[in-house]
Order: sequence, then structure tokens, then C-alpha cells
Amino acid sequence: MKNALFAKSDPQLVIIRPTQRWTALNLRELWRYRELLYFMVWRDLKVRYKQTILGVSWAVLEPFLTMVVFTIFFGELAKIPTDNIPAPVFYFVGLLPWGLFARALNMASRSLVAHQNMVTKIYFPRLILPLSSILAGVVDFLIGSLVLVGIMAYYALTDAMRISLTPALLTLPLFLLLALITALGVSLWLSALYVQYRDVGYLLHFIAEFWRILSPVVYSTTLIPEKWRLIYALNPMAGVLNGFRWAILSTPTGPDIGLLVSIAVALFLLLSGLFYFRRMEKTFADTI
Amino acid sequence: MTTVIAVENLGKRYRIGLTPQKYQTLSEKLTNALSAPLRAIRGVRSPMADAADTIWALRDVSFEVEEGQVLGIIGRNGAGKSTLLKILSRITEPTTGRAILRGRVGSLLEVGTGFHPELTGRENIFLNGAILGMKRAEIERKFDEIVAFSEVEQFLDTPVKRYSSGMYLRLAFAVAAHLEPEILVVDEVLAVGDAEFQRKCIGKMSDVAQAGRTVLFVSHNMSAILRLTQEAILLEKGRLKLRGPSAEVVDAYLSAGNAGAGERIWESDEVPAEAAPFRPIALRVRDARGSVTETVRSVEPFSIEMEYELTAPITGLRVGIYLTTARGDQVLTSFDTDDQKRFEKYGARPAGRYLSRCIIPPDLLNSGRYTLGVNASTYRVRRYFMDEQALNFNVDASGAPGMQWPEARPGVLRPRLEWEIIAL
Repeated sequence: MKNALFAKSDPQLVIIRPTQRWTALNLRELWRYRELLYFMVWRDLKVRYKQTILGVSWAVLEPFLTMVVFTIFFGELAKIPTDNIPAPVFYFVGLLPWGLFARALNMASRSLVAHQNMVTKIYFPRLILPLSSILAGVVDFLIGSLVLVGIMAYYALTDAMRISLTPALLTLPLFLLLALITALGVSLWLSALYVQYRDVGYLLHFIAEFWRILSPVVYSTTLIPEKWRLIYALNPMAGVLNGFRWAILSTPTGPDIGLLVSIAVALFLLLSGLFYFRRMEKTFADTI
Repeated sequence: MTTVIAVENLGKRYRIGLTPQKYQTLSEKLTNALSAPLRAIRGVRSPMADAADTIWALRDVSFEVEEGQVLGIIGRNGAGKSTLLKILSRITEPTTGRAILRGRVGSLLEVGTGFHPELTGRENIFLNGAILGMKRAEIERKFDEIVAFSEVEQFLDTPVKRYSSGMYLRLAFAVAAHLEPEILVVDEVLAVGDAEFQRKCIGKMSDVAQAGRTVLFVSHNMSAILRLTQEAILLEKGRLKLRGPSAEVVDAYLSAGNAGAGERIWESDEVPAEAAPFRPIALRVRDARGSVTETVRSVEPFSIEMEYELTAPITGLRVGIYLTTARGDQVLTSFDTDDQKRFEKYGARPAGRYLSRCIIPPDLLNSGRYTLGVNASTYRVRRYFMDEQALNFNVDASGAPGMQWPEARPGVLRPRLEWEIIAL
């Protein structure tokens, strides 16, 4: 047989053949391309702020201005309860992870189509594209977090609010991770669908808008009747926002059975998204 | 000798859309599902329907390439050359068969891919290197060499959007050329850039081959194939027609073009869907008396005509010809709206059927075999259709100047020059 020409164990050997419909995840290949992931994140950040006047301050301005508007309309005028937390702080703590999620969802879902010349000309694990779009958003998130520290310091100094930081703060990275997993899971589905159906581009706005209303961004989960809480928790972002407010502001929305539901849904989205993406991956270059 | 590439029964089937759009929309899909519920539920089409709307871009292709060999790949447009390269560079998957490669495949078909206009030359070197699969340490090690090769030292910290196209291309090529893959794929890249740059590219390619690495070289330029490769394969309609010494394969390829006899007709299945709303119908060579012919006389004028249909109006359309020698050296390029007045008059061409015709003056071309290519495009907006090798024809020099001496005249042109002989 022809195979005899090649030593089976040769690490340089690349075998190209049709794959089965559902393929293994091949995370090892992704690991081999980790430097590309780094460079793509770096490029996103570099380019994003290169031709803007305000540059990095956008990462600060966006959540800040939204917070101001929310505070005026939802807090002062509509008087939506904010768990006895000053409205600006309450909103900002919600807007940080929500902003991260919404941006990640938007950028990652469009990533394949936005980089079609790469997809049609070069081989690399396609997973790099949505993944790098999501990670680039984390930097904005971290910058925004500094503003939160400032706002809270202001409230603490003016005695407008009693701030007691608890060990719960240490769980924040876990909630951040939950937001990223959810964003990745959904955008794996959407980015792969977008390659084939351009409708997804229009759909994205609706998804983001509806999702925000379904998530406790401008209101607290405590507003939701007790008996609906479990169903409400099917939205993993509810778990994320509840967690953020609980960890930073000690609201009564700490981890409960609902959080487990959120985590389960997020993991389901991620795994199903990964498999769907891998299945469609081989047709990207032909259909994009 | 070790085998570096082994291709076995490789095949690639494409689904050709029933609609000209490249991608479907969800609503279309839903409409289809409603109108043909059974098919949608089963999710598979019957074999008959399957055969009708799919096309084998590559079929049962098998060959092997040894280490250090430079293999030429030739064939008409649509013969499967690009599909083969895309499969070998793992951009798309084969439908059948397999290919085994030893080592990294780098290709010069992706020159500049991933370059970002806002980033500086320096930043793009790193980014592009990573995209092509280089490790960061590797890029750092080769950085100076890449910069020297590209000749853009002074502009290293300028965003590449301010580069001239030549500089941009040089930088892009410099990065790709330093990838040092075990298998290098070169596709027509030599067609771009100035002569000096082309010389460098060919030099780099020979270096790669001499360093014992393998090169796959795809070109329409037969002179380049003959110069750079010892062996070549000929693809025809997705199948491997011939493999052998380059001279033999080039001959077979050139003589295979004879079939058309002065006329090339495009069947609807030969026109890619992306060409719409432009639909080529025929390209013809007519002699001075107006009959379609494969051989024209150098001393008489002859005409070249392109017949086509526009299924929708196109603004700024230009339809043109490329004239090259059969070996691939360019002779001239001309468009039907080259003339300023005509350019203004045909600014927007309504839908309908057209004929663009030009007259080649007498006493212009030397005897030999020539290739006509066609191009329909809107400048800087879109290329609707291009076939660089649509038709071959011969020029017969009988009666031309200097025929009293039965010797071959070198050169592409054979003009009748006004000589004066002055006794001093």
C-alpha cells in the first residue's frame, strides 16, 4: 500500500481526507495555533482604537453614558427598584458584564464573514476567529471595571452607600467565565449559520435587544416572582448578572439552584455550538 | 528519494446553486421546505437530482511528488488547478480520496491575506507571519531578512494603507517567501509586480527548490513552466490527463486547444454563477472576408469579436481581450471602451445582447500561435468574467516583409517598416 511510503509516526505528516459529519473537536490543533489567537486579539485591539479620536475612552464612555441614561429614565422616572443600591452603581455593575456579552456576541457571530478572505485562502482552525473576537472584548471589560472602582469609591467617600466587600468577590472570575462561555456557545452557532445565511446579520440586532430585556440589566431578578425564577434562570446571563451584583454589592441574588440551571444551559450551548461549528467548518471556504 | 506528496483518487464535488446567489437566505430555505416537504424532511436529494446540480471540480486525481521536485500544474481555467491547490493547502476538504503530505504547506496564493491597512508594515509582518503559521520566535529571527527582501525599510512604521501597491505587494510577498515550508505552492503570483520583483520571486522559488524543498507551480505562462519545472501534470475537466516531462505536457496542452477552430462558445454550465449579470456567449476570430477561422494572415486585417448577454444593466462595463503568445508572453490588452468618447457613451449598458468587435490591423503580428483571453469588468469595482485562455489561433506570415528569406524571424511583431536606404 501507499502508506508504506510514510512512517506512520511521522509528526509532520498531514493526512487530508473527507471527514465524517460529526468530527472530533481537535483541540490540540487549536493549541498549536495559540500564537495566532494571540495575534488576532492583539490586532483587534490595535485596529479598533487606531482611527478613533477618543480611543480607549470608548471602553469607558459606552457603559458610563448608558448608566447615566438608565439612571435618569429607569431609576429616577420609572422608579424601578434596584435592591436598595444607588441606581448608578446597580446599573453599572450590570452593564459591565452585559456590555462584554453583547459585544462578544456581535463581533464573534460576524467574525467568519468579516474575515472571509482569510477563510477562503488559508488553513487555520476556524475557531480562532470567534474566539479572538470574544477575548478582545475582555480588555474593554477590564478597563470598564476600573471605572466601577472609581464610582464605588465616590459613593463610599460621600457615605451615600455602605460598601462591604466580602469574600464573594473572589467568585467574580467564575461569573465572567460563565458570560464568556455563553457568548462563545451562541456565537459558534450564529457565526457558522451566518456563513450560509446572511439573515443572521439582521437577526443579531433583535437577539441582542430581546436578550437584554430578558436579562436583569435594568431591573433586579428579585422583581421576578419566585415561582418563575427557575425558568428565568434558563437564561445564563441572568446567572451572570445575579452573580456580579451578589459578589460586588451583596444583593440577595446569590448562588442557588437557578445558577446551576444557568451553568447547565451555558455548557449545553457551548458543547452543541462546538460540534455544530466543527461540522460546518469544512464547508466554510466553499459557501462563504 | 522520499515521497513528499501522495495524492490518491482525490475528488471534489461542488454543489452548483440552482439560483445565481452564492448564499441562500433562511426564507428561501423555508420556502423550499414548504414547497417540497418530503425532500426537506428526508434531508437528502434523490441521486438523480444530485447529479444534476453538482459538478466534479476534481475527479480521481492521483500523483506523487518527490522531495525537492518542482512540479508544474497546467490546464485551462476551470480544469481543477485551484481546487487541487485548495485541497492540498487544507482550505477545503476533498469529497473523495485522500492526500498525504509530509510537512508544512505554504502557498504564495495567499500573499497579503490578513494584512490590515491600519497597521504598520512592522505590525503586519508579525500578524501575517502568524496567520501563515509562523511562530513568533521564527518571525523575530527572520524579521531583518524579510524587511531587506521587501525593500520598505523607511516605511516600516507607516500604516500599509499609505503604501503604493508595489510596496504592499513586496512586503506581503517577503513574509510569505520566508515561511520556508517543506512544500511551497505558487499560483500565478508571478503575473503581478514589476520585472525586477518578478525576477526576485523566481529566484526565491529556485532557492526553495535547491534547498531540497518541493514546489508546486501553477501558471498559464508556458515559458515559465518550461524554464522552472522538469515535470508537469496536465489537468482537464477535473481529471489528470497527463504527467510527464514539462516539454511534452506543454505540447499536449497547446495542441489540445485546436478543437475550437476560431470560435469559442460558452455553454451555460461553463459560466460561473458569479459572472451574472454578464453571460459570455462566444469569442470568434474572423478573417478579412468575415469568415470564422483558426488561421489568419499577417498581411491582412482580421477581427476579434466577443458576443455576450447582460441579464441586467451594468454601469462602467468594459469588455476586453488579452492577446498572448501560446507560450504565455503578453502581447497586448485592449478594452472596448478604451476610446474616451465610447467610454462616455457606454457608461451604463442596458440589459440585452451585445457584440464587441475590434479590428487588428495588417502587418502587426509575426507568424506563430496566439492565445486570446477575455475579461469583462468594471474598473476597481468588480470582475464579472475572465478566461485568460479562451481561444487559440494561428498567424500565417506568407506575404509578410522578409519572406524571401526562409528563416524564422524572432519576435512577436512583424510590422512593415518604412526603410530608407541612402547612399552617402
